Amino acid sequence: MEVATGAGRSMPDVPLVALSGACVHFGAMRALDGVSLTVSPGECVGLMGHNGAGKSTAVNVINGGLTPTEGHVRYGNEDGKHGTGAARARACGIRSVFQELSLCPNLSVLENLRVPHRDLTGFGWRKTAAARIAGALDEIFPGHRIEPGMIVGDLTLAERQMVEIAAGFASGPTPPRLVILDEPTSSLDASIARQLLEHVRRFCAKGGAVIFISHMLGEVFEVASRIDVMKDGKIIASRPASEFTQQGLIDAMGHVAAEKAAARTAVESDQRIGGEVLKTPEGLNARKGEIVGLAGLAGHGQAEALARFFMSRSGKLGRVKDPEVAFVAGDRGRDGVMPLWSILRNLTLTHLPSLTRRGLVDAVAEQALGADWKKRIGIRTDNLDNLILSLSGGNQQKVLFARALASTAPIVVMDDPMRGVDVGTKQEAYDMIRTEAAYGRTFLWYSTETDEVCQCDRVFVFRNGQISAELSGDGITEENILAASFQMQGTGA
Amino acid sequence: MDNSRLSTVLAIPKRPWFWAFAASAIAYLATLSLTEGRGGGELLSAALTFASFSAIVGLGQMFVITLGPGNVDLSIPATMTLAGTLSLKFMDGAADLILPGLALAIAVGISTGIFNYLLIRLLRIPPIIATLSASFLYQSLAIWWNRGLRIKPPEALADFSTGSIAGLPNLTIIGVLIALLSWVVLERSIFGRWVSAFGQNTRAARLSGIPVETVRAVTYVLSAVLASFTGYLLASFSGGAALNMGTEYLLISIAVVVIGGCSIAGGNSNVPGIWGGALLMFLVVSMLNSYGFGAGVRLIMTGAIIIAIVAAASGKGRSA
Repeated sequence: MEVATGAGRSMPDVPLVALSGACVHFGAMRALDGVSLTVSPGECVGLMGHNGAGKSTAVNVINGGLTPTEGHVRYGNEDGKHGTGAARARACGIRSVFQELSLCPNLSVLENLRVPHRDLTGFGWRKTAAARIAGALDEIFPGHRIEPGMIVGDLTLAERQMVEIAAGFASGPTPPRLVILDEPTSSLDASIARQLLEHVRRFCAKGGAVIFISHMLGEVFEVASRIDVMKDGKIIASRPASEFTQQGLIDAMGHVAAEKAAARTAVESDQRIGGEVLKTPEGLNARKGEIVGLAGLAGHGQAEALARFFMSRSGKLGRVKDPEVAFVAGDRGRDGVMPLWSILRNLTLTHLPSLTRRGLVDAVAEQALGADWKKRIGIRTDNLDNLILSLSGGNQQKVLFARALASTAPIVVMDDPMRGVDVGTKQEAYDMIRTEAAYGRTFLWYSTETDEVCQCDRVFVFRNGQISAELSGDGITEENILAASFQMQGTGA
Repeated sequence: MDNSRLSTVLAIPKRPWFWAFAASAIAYLATLSLTEGRGGGELLSAALTFASFSAIVGLGQMFVITLGPGNVDLSIPATMTLAGTLSLKFMDGAADLILPGLALAIAVGISTGIFNYLLIRLLRIPPIIATLSASFLYQSLAIWWNRGLRIKPPEALADFSTGSIAGLPNLTIIGVLIALLSWVVLERSIFGRWVSAFGQNTRAARLSGIPVETVRAVTYVLSAVLASFTGYLLASFSGGAALNMGTEYLLISIAVVVIGGCSIAGGNSNVPGIWGGALLMFLVVSMLNSYGFGAGVRLIMTGAIIIAIVAAASGKGRSA
């Protein structure tokens, strides 16, 4: 893999991409409202903002997926041969890695590379494709265990994300000059995320450019040379990263971040937690009102343990009205969203049996439940009858949250539910989880992020499909979790 | 006409069922133009009668197809034959056995539906293979049971199935009632929600707490019951059960679902389109008949017309 530095060297001041006054409207909704932004070689731009602030729309304008209603997009080193839209952007070396995983699950890793790399044709294209993707994977994620011939559907979520990232950086007909990473680390654990951040730094040092979208402030500060903050479809601040502080950045985004962790006190959790309500064969157990975390490196059996537990306690016809467990999906497309349905129908699905009289759904009660949760969890839409897919990723996630919390289930199972959710919403969700726990609900919470795991009362660390440590109280620290996640340390704590 | 009503009218061509009804009307008028308008009433009455059979089995097939890719009930013809044969032999022309005979037909449907489901669930056979192979069993059972004898239906039942009330054939009334009931189930009941959720994303449906296996079992039983009920009616209507009486309904049951604008990919279906498709299937054949085409040309034309309708309907769906 090589980085094209040619353009950067000969014309150092020509930006790779320049948006001027770009607007995008979807009906009455202004997704992008006059955005001007340039990215030059060697820059790493952190693009920040809440769910629905317009980050994904901005990215889609840059990569040619959307044509702005007003304003224009200009690319550096354009040869004028390639027409319009995505093909033009691609010919200028613009690559995107999306928040919603976009690989075809039934194809192999190398076959998926052929979708963006149109030059992979003729005899022996598989060999070329395998070399490109393996080269990128080896460079970005040394020590990965992905073979180019593997079927994507058999990979874990983290591995799929790694493949997608590697495809973004892989050498191709036009070498990558600007790579857009939209929430690239949302399903990666800490050590893999670190490898990526290091690669981004190397890539930019060699004259490439990256637009980095993430809700994890720490990561953005680590790699970004400049931070642009978006709100309501506009860029409201654009400064070198060194001029921002974490708190300053949160303030700029315009959400009042609650003083986290302060809400949690030892006294409170003592009063709240009752008797044991569940125990699984792996040794996972939880008490009434307890928030139990599942930690460890991604793909070490946490999601499977949750799914097995959920399946064993649900899906029986006699129990649909008062389910024992409710599920919040992290992999929205695979485990959560009903793509043909409205927001309302998606939201009420789990609680629906209780809104049913003689087999018929009570439409008025359903509307009321939807309106209530729209307000409580702040779903960004003017009409709950809009299709669920019209929402941004983070707002879809809120709907799935509401689906589970609206039910009466005493146990809520959450499979990395905060993927792609912004900082402000996360805080609201933490508060909501704590409130629900105070009412006696039990949460089983798998997360790839340490700060979420630290919200829990007790944490089970997984390694190779087994529990390697159980932490509680002050023992829940990043060091202890990492120690228990890795083989050489044995059982930490 | 105020604006909202106008926009409602303008939105009609975008409905998935519109093209099936529009094409039916064209086929009807094309047939009548040949006879200069004579026989219009008879043609309509025949269309409504025969379309009832297609519509009822089509509704069952619609529920199954809504379950998503791979779900289809190919045992509908054999179930129709088995239910028709068994119930007519049981009634043996006796008027007081009409209702018990109906109960027997329904029981046959419930049994074949459960058998189909068990093959799919326990042996993990894909539904296409399971229902196809099961249909050989049902067909053989029908042959073995009545040994090719053609037994007449009870007089009263035959009269009812060929009769009409206020110009509307009795069978049409039954067919429309079942369609209305299916609409309520699909659009208003929780079972309809579950079927649609199953078809969109089975895994997500399971994780939302939906009893997916129950939903699938009930759907296959429902399809088989509607098929056996149609077999009972068809045998009474045509003066006795025949071993090949269900054959043409294999294609028809699937065709009306597709023509009616339901999504073959699952999760999305609509009831009015089933009746539109059922009428079209009859009217196209009678149109080609009255234009004097031979059997070969007729089949080719039928296929071509179905393809054209589906293409027109799906094209509209995309642009809307």
